[in-house]
Amino acid sequence: MVEDEGIRRYVAHFILWIGIAIVAFPVYIAIVASTQDNALIANGQMSLLPGGHFFEVYYQTIFVGTSGSTREPVGNMMLNSLVMALAIAIGKIAISIISAYAIVYFRFPFRMSIFWIIFITLMLPVEVRIYPTYKIVADLHMLDSYAGLALPLIASATATLLFRQFFMTVPDELLEASRIDGAGPLRFFWDTLLPLSRTNMAALFVILFILGWNQYLWPLLITTRDDMQTIQVGIRKMITTTDALTEWPIVMATAVLAMLPPVFVVVAMQKLFVRGLVETEK
Amino acid sequence: MQKQAIFQSKLLPYALVAPQLAIVLIFFYWPALQAVIQSFLLQDAFGLSTTFVWFDNYIELFRDPAYFEAIVRTFFFSFAIAISSLSFALLLAVMADKPLRGSMLYRTLLIWPYAVAPPVVGVLWIFMLHPSLGVVSRYLRAAGVDWNPLLDGNQAAALIILAAAWKQISYNFLFFLAGLQAIPRSVFEAAAIDGARPMRRFWTVTFPLLSPTIFFLLVVNIVYAFFDTFGIIDTMTRGGPGTSTVTLVYKVYSDGLLGGNLGSSAAQSVILMIMVIVLTGIQFRFVERKVTY
Repeated sequence: MVEDEGIRRYVAHFILWIGIAIVAFPVYIAIVASTQDNALIANGQMSLLPGGHFFEVYYQTIFVGTSGSTREPVGNMMLNSLVMALAIAIGKIAISIISAYAIVYFRFPFRMSIFWIIFITLMLPVEVRIYPTYKIVADLHMLDSYAGLALPLIASATATLLFRQFFMTVPDELLEASRIDGAGPLRFFWDTLLPLSRTNMAALFVILFILGWNQYLWPLLITTRDDMQTIQVGIRKMITTTDALTEWPIVMATAVLAMLPPVFVVVAMQKLFVRGLVETEK
Repeated sequence: MQKQAIFQSKLLPYALVAPQLAIVLIFFYWPALQAVIQSFLLQDAFGLSTTFVWFDNYIELFRDPAYFEAIVRTFFFSFAIAISSLSFALLLAVMADKPLRGSMLYRTLLIWPYAVAPPVVGVLWIFMLHPSLGVVSRYLRAAGVDWNPLLDGNQAAALIILAAAWKQISYNFLFFLAGLQAIPRSVFEAAAIDGARPMRRFWTVTFPLLSPTIFFLLVVNIVYAFFDTFGIIDTMTRGGPGTSTVTLVYKVYSDGLLGGNLGSSAAQSVILMIMVIVLTGIQFRFVERKVTY
């Protein structure tokens, strides 16, 4: 542009690095704390540089767990979180893509009513129906189970809308062509529509995986057994004991481990992540 | 809008929608309906008999000063979180929108906190600002601040707002950057040629053109502050000290946990439901406008 951009550019770099520092600082502190001795931290003497207990702390966190509050190894909690996140992400995509397929490619009585019934669930997040949903899951004997963790969260108005929108843009000629080839509805779905939806599915998967991994309120309610805890619930229980007894290096190592998979997904699959985020919000 | 090329089948479409419909009816509509019914009933202390009491549960709720405070607090938190996070994210996005070397790296380094779960955010921030062992608290005390968010309600509220705003920076940054990049460069150039200085260009050109994004993000941030702060509050303050960080969602949760009044808890859920419907409605009206913009 017209004015001298040199100085302004330096200012921009400077502000951006300050922003990055603010965003990264809490995580830096967590990483540093996870390599130090608990006694130092508890005295308020924590160093701002990494300590020498990295392997020891992470070994204990992943395979043993805290010695006080919950004796559950964090490795196991991560496994629970992983199963729940994958079940939610894959489940939402699977049931949404087939319902969108039915709504777009068939004419049947109550088609639009069904569409609206799915759509309105947008307005019923789990927070507004906490205890009644809990009661139903309890009545179905699904407390402390993977089914109970994932099933009630698996419906997705957003994903259904997204696939519906995408299917509307698929040219009609494709269907006519595959019909001439003698393909029925299921064959067309499997051989033509699914391959075309790959990028959409991948973008959605990235977002839904993060969403599933980060679930908190629901697992907090329906898991009572330590071995069914997800990592997000586990970390909360680690700091329930009186402050003096909290094993901070282990808590911080757990925080780092809880962040690792979703942050990795965002950084490694940035393009899909951005695409998924922008599309699900439309 | 309808497709012209379709398949003929009587049963297949129902089979295809059945799984989603089953989950939606069992885990969404049925519990929501239960909450609505429950909110009109009063159960005796032993849960043996229930009577239909019309709007008594609601009236009692609104007479309860604690509930009224929770409403005010939730709105205050929402706006404080939204405004602080939005303004900081906008500043960063405007900087990152300039043709800088390494702008992709900047984006990567700024968006990852989106992936940090709310309870983890709470743990990170309470550890940094813990009164006895937090590394930042040391400096606050050295600066003469009597810092103890575990005892001081206002400080606890400030801590929640800071942590919640921190998490939301990356999301807002990403949408602001996309919004900025959608503005044609020629508009800025025209303003520059007319002699508008950068600050003036921002307030008279960028800001108005960005207003749809700002409004959209405002709604999203308020919804976020309503619901997703639960995890932050639960790991950081548990609603305390006293009730100084109890939001509406936290109140539904903690009242129900104590096994108290079912009718009141259901009425709280229904009120939240109405709030979500209003917020989603606003969001959708706006999105429709954006399409025809």
